[in-house]
Amino acid sequence: MTKTSVWRKPDSMSIVFILLGVIILLFIFVPLLKTVSSSSPGTLWNTLLDEEVYSSILLTIYAAMIATLVGLFLGVPLAYLLARRQFWGKRFLEGLIDIPIVIPHSAVGVALLFVFGSNFLAGKIFHSVGIVFFNSVAGVVIAMIFVSIPFLIDSAKEGFKAVDVRLEKVARTLGASPWRSFLRISLPLAWRSIFSGSVMMWARGASEFGAVLILAYYVPFFGHYARVAPILVADRFNSFGLDYARPVTAIVILISLIVFIVLRTIAYRGEKA
Amino acid sequence: MIAIKNLKVDLGDFLLNNINLEIDSGEYFIILGPTGAGKTVLLEAIAGLYPVLEGEIWVEGREIARLNPEKRRIGIVYQDYSLFPHLSVEENIAFGLKLRKCPKASIKEKVNDIAEIVGVTHLLERKPQTLSGGEQQKVAVARALVTEPEVLLLDEPLSALDPETKEMMQQELREVHWRTKVTIIHVTHDFEEAIALGHRVAVLNNGCIAQIGAPEEILRQPNSEFIAHFALSRNIFTGEAEEGEDGHACIDVGGIKLRGVTDLRREVRLSLRPEDIIISKEPLHSTARNCFEGVVSDIAHRGAVVYVTVNVPPNFICLITRQSFEELELKKGVRIWITFKASAVHVF
Repeated sequence: MTKTSVWRKPDSMSIVFILLGVIILLFIFVPLLKTVSSSSPGTLWNTLLDEEVYSSILLTIYAAMIATLVGLFLGVPLAYLLARRQFWGKRFLEGLIDIPIVIPHSAVGVALLFVFGSNFLAGKIFHSVGIVFFNSVAGVVIAMIFVSIPFLIDSAKEGFKAVDVRLEKVARTLGASPWRSFLRISLPLAWRSIFSGSVMMWARGASEFGAVLILAYYVPFFGHYARVAPILVADRFNSFGLDYARPVTAIVILISLIVFIVLRTIAYRGEKA
Repeated sequence: MIAIKNLKVDLGDFLLNNINLEIDSGEYFIILGPTGAGKTVLLEAIAGLYPVLEGEIWVEGREIARLNPEKRRIGIVYQDYSLFPHLSVEENIAFGLKLRKCPKASIKEKVNDIAEIVGVTHLLERKPQTLSGGEQQKVAVARALVTEPEVLLLDEPLSALDPETKEMMQQELREVHWRTKVTIIHVTHDFEEAIALGHRVAVLNNGCIAQIGAPEEILRQPNSEFIAHFALSRNIFTGEAEEGEDGHACIDVGGIKLRGVTDLRREVRLSLRPEDIIISKEPLHSTARNCFEGVVSDIAHRGAVVYVTVNVPPNFICLITRQSFEELELKKGVRIWITFKASAVHVF
């Protein structure tokens, strides 16, 4: 498919649209660039070596990764069902899945505490196998799952929908069980959507603030205590002001960007083949 | 033998009801019906991909109507071929064999054998997206046949092809059928395909089988509007093609010998368009090789044109304009001459 370049015919509409586009792009990138460039590389490096900073970043990356893996295991099968089956109440269910996007995230934190707190049913069940959610990495993970799972489910669902159901049917006639046909045909063909949904889920989880703040503000993490990066940035700003918050903010922006760009590159690799 | 007994399938808007078919092993069987008649669903029901409400499907002595598709030993080729886009042609063909845990060497051998039969050996390394429609179809047929199914189902296999490729693929399908002896059930809305390929044809109309028989039988006594529409559009004959003078084939169609252009020397089916036949009061002296005297046995007015049936015998349906009809003063029982070129006789 060839896309028409907007540069080919610079009519008045294209010019206006380009100008509007430039405004929103500047709005996104100027604050990021300014923050990153206002700290010298030396300052950034020293900030990175700060134990509080690097353990925070590692915790964020790690917890978002676990959240995404749980999301893949539990969310992809649901996405497949939603893409393939027609059933009563499907629309309602699809709306339900997107609810985490609209609920204020601090409210999500409170709501999760009501189920996963040690005094409540799900919390008690997990407690009996040694998993506690309040102020623990597990708490960070469930907060991240809750707010970010819609991105993975929606993307995977679209991916499965794009796989012609006749491919699965042919696979069945060739001797494949439903499991085989899913693993050999549907999953590989929907893989790119699932992966890019995972990247979105990971990125959204890693940037979560409100729900984590309530459920797992300060957690033991490989022998240290750590806060997720968004909380660390807010704390530094609230306690010490803008100047002190700037280097750690720059680090968080840089690392988020690098990881996101790398993952997206992998996800879209070969698409233009 | 394949026997379908009282099959009932829910199509949502209507039912496929009371479907009864008996198809011989090795037969090339056509199910003909207009678009939306439920032909694809009928195939999917046979393959186990669409639920059957009632009825039985017997294949070579096994009742399979309640089996999962992977247990039925029935292959299917869809209209859009449905090749697995993430696999190479070779991997596509080998897909079913790998599932059956065949040893590697035997997979390789079987893939090569079937690729040779359908003529895709040179394409094995390619990805499906890079193939033409005809090539994709051959691969889809190879993929279905390599697992040695008892029945091969073809869902409108030629309708996505351009006319030239279509003709070539008809030839290929006949060849593959002849070499593998597999039972084929081919659904189509195209009467040409039915004439060209089918030993027998079942006409599917309004959710039921309206008629079963050889194509020419069905045309002689059309039992549905869908077929009646075709009945006026084609003259169909079966006969033995022999060597005639100056390279023409001479085809005996019961009483008279038609001259046609073909290399085939066996029992053939031939079709002749009504508009290719010239009607005259005296024998025409022209380059046309076929000229016969007959009696007008039926006249059907269709607006500006008239279909005239001329009994030679056999019966020929001729299409002329209303003006010619009046100039010739045709009526039932009048003796006239019909003339057509050898090249107008289309031989299968």
